[in-house]
Amino acid sequence: MRRSLLGRVWPNAVAVLLFVFFVFPVYWMATTAFKPDIDIISRTPDFVPLHGTLAHFDKAVHASGFWTLVRNSFTVTLGAVLLSLAIALLASFALARMRFRGRKAFVLVVMVAQMAPWEVMTISVYMIVRDQDQLNSLLPLTLFYMMMVLPFTIWTLRGFIAAVPKELEESALVDGCTRVQAFGRVVFPLLAPGLMATSLFGFITAWNEFPLVLILNKQSGQTLPLWLTQFQTNFGDDWGATMAASTLFTVPVVIVFLILQRKAVGGLTAGAVKG
Amino acid sequence: MGAQSTGTRTRPPSGSTPPTPPPPADRGRTAGGLAARGAPYLLILPALLATAALLAYPLLRNLLISFQNLNAFQLIQHTTEWTGFGNYTDQLTSSAFWHTAFRSVLFTAANVALIMAGGTLVGLLLNRLGKRMRLLLSLGLILAWAMPFVAGTTVYQWLFDSQYGVVNWGLAKLGWHAMAGYNWFGGQFSTFSVITVMIVWQSVPFVALNLYAGLTTISAELFEAARMDGATAWRTFRSVTFPILRPFFLSTTFLEIIWVFKAFTQVYALNAGGPAGSTETLPVYAFIEGVGNQHYGVGAAISTLTILILLALMSYYFRIILKQEDDL
Repeated sequence: MRRSLLGRVWPNAVAVLLFVFFVFPVYWMATTAFKPDIDIISRTPDFVPLHGTLAHFDKAVHASGFWTLVRNSFTVTLGAVLLSLAIALLASFALARMRFRGRKAFVLVVMVAQMAPWEVMTISVYMIVRDQDQLNSLLPLTLFYMMMVLPFTIWTLRGFIAAVPKELEESALVDGCTRVQAFGRVVFPLLAPGLMATSLFGFITAWNEFPLVLILNKQSGQTLPLWLTQFQTNFGDDWGATMAASTLFTVPVVIVFLILQRKAVGGLTAGAVKG
Repeated sequence: MGAQSTGTRTRPPSGSTPPTPPPPADRGRTAGGLAARGAPYLLILPALLATAALLAYPLLRNLLISFQNLNAFQLIQHTTEWTGFGNYTDQLTSSAFWHTAFRSVLFTAANVALIMAGGTLVGLLLNRLGKRMRLLLSLGLILAWAMPFVAGTTVYQWLFDSQYGVVNWGLAKLGWHAMAGYNWFGGQFSTFSVITVMIVWQSVPFVALNLYAGLTTISAELFEAARMDGATAWRTFRSVTFPILRPFFLSTTFLEIIWVFKAFTQVYALNAGGPAGSTETLPVYAFIEGVGNQHYGVGAAISTLTILILLALMSYYFRIILKQEDDL
């Protein structure tokens, strides 16, 4: 291994530049949120804020209906994730452990469904929800978000279930468990990391969803993404408050990502390698 | 949809085992073969029902609406007026549609080229870095990846703000004084530039981290052998890395094409397709025609045409995926 000094330095230098490129928008969002207005509206940007203030967060949190929006977002997201976990657990068990006619066709349906172009289906979804007189309510959002994350959930859980050694289940059957008991006592506890990873990805997708709530819930039942895009219009050019709102919205996602990295990545890859 | 589809799919399957039938003990135990044979169908039934009601039906409904003359008036009166292929012929003969379609294709091509080139370079760099620097860069990539689209949009609006945006300040500082106070959202090209920087920033982490994961599966001896033969970095990439990771590159490119082509949130939330509709891509055009101008039938027809383009792209994608995954 002979590499010149230059050959050893430039990859690190480029890495630092790239790090700055990727982190800077996040950094700028968070620091702007804590800066007093004089430092935000200034001709020379303040890169290292020393005078922190919570005024912008105060303003964002006390914006009208903020807590309702938080509750709506959590209700819709958690509802969608839990529903899809329940449905996917059944289907992925069949996929991973059973052989049946039409299995391949079902796999194909799941794969196609995962690529569903929701962004261009909003008009028909609007008509369907309007027919049911369910505009501005949380139920249709929950159901459609559930459908958005369902294929991915089935697909990943299948991998995790396949990764649980079949011998464990078989020995439980030999010991006199029924199929359902064997699943509940042996497979299910081993699935914990898989369930967590899968549901966290579902959480992110549903938490961030924008096009559907934009068209369905104009008057009420809004969620945080919709609020955030209208924030700037509603508050004028109050960048401090806008960035504080963005930060508040981003924090749960970043926490989820960090959990995923630390705890679930091992499980995720273990499940994935097996296919 | 960066976070949605993870690397689970893109890695070459190692020793994929075909799914085995249920243990024989089971067949004998449960009362009768009929119940056992029905069990898998019962298990997938809820998923099938949900897919039929929440995905297949909206798609079908979209098709039906696209054959209707459905505007604000018909919507309120609850009347159904069929127009046959009227909406389609209107669109396919209008220059606005073709301009938008052409713009969408160009926009997708530019973004995907930048994402794939950037993602590949960053992925290769990750493989070359020492442990500590790799961790640092990965952290940066993950933070950008984790950033929700909507929050990303507000941040980019702030970064590129004409008066107090840090980008204009930086460009002026670097000597480009005309950029002080420049309004990025006032023109077509400049708006697209901001959208592109943002989408590339959001999408490169997915490509780079997955490529790095793929690179670690290539045995180091191959690179060693290439170096012994005096291969340049470019030659090594072309003759060793690329052929081995070809399925990864193909499937990722198609995924990115599909994702960028149907990108709605970023384009709409940043500038709502403005100024004057000059940055509308097909999904945004369908939304603005259909919902904004309340020509739901027309919007549905544009949606259907967009879905057809996406279907063509997806069929290629699935051909690639099915070839590499025989474990179905």
